[in-house]
Amino acid sequence: MEQVLINGVVLSVNYALVALGITLIFGILGILNFAHGQMFMIGGFMVYYVYAVFGWPYLVALATAAVVVGLIGVAFELLFFRRVLRIAKREENSMLLAVGTALLLENIALFAFGEKQRGVPPLIGGVYRIGNAFLPAGRLLVLVLSIVLIVALLLFVQYTKPGRAMRALAQDREATLLMGVNVDRISALGFGIGAMLAGLAGGLLITISAVNAGIGTVTSIKAFIMIMIGGAGVVAGAILGAIVLGFAEAIGYALIPGSTTYLLIFVGLILFLIIRPQGIMGKPWG
Amino acid sequence: MQSVRRPAAATAELSALARLGLTPAGAVWITLLVLIALVAVPVALGNQPYFLNVLTNTSALAFISLGVWVTFSIGRINIAQGAFAMIGGYTTAILSTRYGLSFWLCLPLSALIAAGVGALIGWPILRLRGVYFAMITLSLTEAVRLAFLNGGEFTQGATGIVNIPRPAGIDSPLAFYLFAVVLLLLGLLAVWRLSTSRIGWVFRSLRLNEELASSIGIDIARYRVLAFAFSCGLGGLGGAFFAAFLQNIYPASYSVIDSVNFMLYCFLGGLDFVLGPVVGAFVLVIGFEILHGLQQYQSLMYGVLMIGVILWLPNGILSLRLRTRAAAGSDAEVAASSDAAPGPTAR
Repeated sequence: MEQVLINGVVLSVNYALVALGITLIFGILGILNFAHGQMFMIGGFMVYYVYAVFGWPYLVALATAAVVVGLIGVAFELLFFRRVLRIAKREENSMLLAVGTALLLENIALFAFGEKQRGVPPLIGGVYRIGNAFLPAGRLLVLVLSIVLIVALLLFVQYTKPGRAMRALAQDREATLLMGVNVDRISALGFGIGAMLAGLAGGLLITISAVNAGIGTVTSIKAFIMIMIGGAGVVAGAILGAIVLGFAEAIGYALIPGSTTYLLIFVGLILFLIIRPQGIMGKPWG
Repeated sequence: MQSVRRPAAATAELSALARLGLTPAGAVWITLLVLIALVAVPVALGNQPYFLNVLTNTSALAFISLGVWVTFSIGRINIAQGAFAMIGGYTTAILSTRYGLSFWLCLPLSALIAAGVGALIGWPILRLRGVYFAMITLSLTEAVRLAFLNGGEFTQGATGIVNIPRPAGIDSPLAFYLFAVVLLLLGLLAVWRLSTSRIGWVFRSLRLNEELASSIGIDIARYRVLAFAFSCGLGGLGGAFFAAFLQNIYPASYSVIDSVNFMLYCFLGGLDFVLGPVVGAFVLVIGFEILHGLQQYQSLMYGVLMIGVILWLPNGILSLRLRTRAAAGSDAEVAASSDAAPGPTAR
C-alpha cells in the first residue's frame, strides 16, 4: 500500500505540471490547449535526443525541452491564436484551431521522431526504502524537480510583475488593457510558459516511463480530466485535479488490470460531473 | 427537396421554398445533385469497384458527420461521434453474428441503441458548455473504446468481431454505393427538415442563448437531449453501415482522431449549412484520393488544412458561394439570409 501511495505522489506532482500549464493558458486566453499532450510528448523527445542520444547532462536536456516547447507555444499564440481570437465570430473557432494545432504537432512528431517508443537510462542509481515501499532515486529526483518547478511557477505568478499582469488578464482583459499592460506580450508569454510546463513535464516523465509520438492525445485527455475535476482556469483546482487523478491512477493500476482503470475513471468523472459540473473549485461556466 | 416549379402557384411555391430556406435555383441544384448521385455516378463508375467503394465510404462518413452538425446547431462541440458510430457498429456486429439477426433489423436497432445511450449520457453531460462539453465528449470517445476493449467475451476485446454478414440483397460495390447514397440523402433530408422546422429554430435559440430560450418557456434540457440523441442515432446508423460494409469492427476502428475528423468535415463545409458536413467530407476524402501520392501525409495535411481554414475561411467552403453572391448583389434574399443568419440556416 505504501508503494501505491508513493507512486501516487510522483504521478500527482508530474500531472500537476501538465494541469498547471493548461490552466495557465486557459485562464489567460480562454483557449483550451488541445495540443498540450503533444507538447508534453515533444518535451519528452527533446530530452531523449539531448540526453540519451547526444549524451549531454540531463539538466541541459530539460532546459532544451522547456525552451523548444515554450517557443512552439509562443509561435502558436503569435501566428494562429491572436488572429483567430480577433476575427472569430463563434467561440468554436479557437477550439477547432487548437485541435488543428494538436493534429499538426502530432504528425510533425511522427515524421521527425518515428513511431518507436523511446526511453532514457535512469538518471541516478540507488533505491530508497520507506517502510515496505521502494523509491528509486531517479523518481525522487523527478519528484523534487517537479515540486521546485511548481513552487517557482506559483511564486512567479504571485509576486512578479508579469505574473500579476497574467492574473489580471485572467480576471478582466479590458481593465488590464486600461492599466497599461501590454496585453499582447503577456498573452504570448502566458502561452509560452504554459507550453513550457507541458514540455518540462514530458521531459521529466520520460525518465520514469517512455514516450512515443502517439501519447499526445492520451496526455491531453488526462489534462482535461484533471481540469474537469478541479475546475477550469483555477490554479488550486488544477493541483487538486492532478492529485485526484494521480492517486486514482496509481491505486487503479495496483488493484485492477490494465485499461479498466481509465474506464472506471471516466465513469467516475461523468458521475462526478452530474453532481458538480464546474469541478471542485471552479466557478459555474468559469 | 423534390419540389418542381409550377408556374401557376409560383408565388406560393416560392414563399414556401423561401420559408424552408431554399431558393428555386437551390431546388434545381439539389435535384441535379440527386440525379448525379443516383444515376450518373452508377452509370459512369458502375464497373469500377474501387471508386465506388471510395464514394460509399465518403457518403457514410458524411452521414455520420451530419450528426455532429446537429450538435453544432445547439452550440455544442461534439467530439464523441466516433464513440456512437462504434456503439452502432458493435450492436450490428453482435446481433448479426451471435443472434443471426437480419441486417435490416440490426440497422434501426443500432440507431436506437446509440440514440438511447446518447440520451442517457447526454442528459448529465449536456449541462456542460463550450470547452467543458468538448473535453467530456473527447474523453467519451476514449472511454467507449476502452469499454469495448475490456468487454471480454461479449465484445471479443482487441480481436474485434470479424465475418459480419453482408446485408441481404446487397452484395456488389454498386449496391453498397446506392445504399450509402440513399442513406445519406435520407439523412440529409431528415436533418434539413429538422433544422427548418420549429425544433430547428429552438435548437438555434439554444445555441445563441440558453437562458433566454429557457425564459420564454423552452424546456432546454429536453431539447438538447433530443438533439444529442438524434445526433448519436445518426452516428449509430452510420457505424452499423460500416460494420456491414467492412464486415469487421475492432475497438481501434474509431479513435479520437475519427471523432475529430467528423467535426472537421462539418467545419470545412461550413457550420451554417446543412450541406456543410457533406461538402466537407467529399472535398477532404475525395481530394486526398485524387492526390494519391499524399496519402501518407494525409493527417499532416488535415492539420495544416484545419488551421488554414480557420484562419482564412472561418465560415467554411459553402460561405464562399454566399460571399460571391452577396458581393454581386444578385438577389435580396441571399443578402437577407446572410445578414439574418448568425446561426445555421438550411440551404
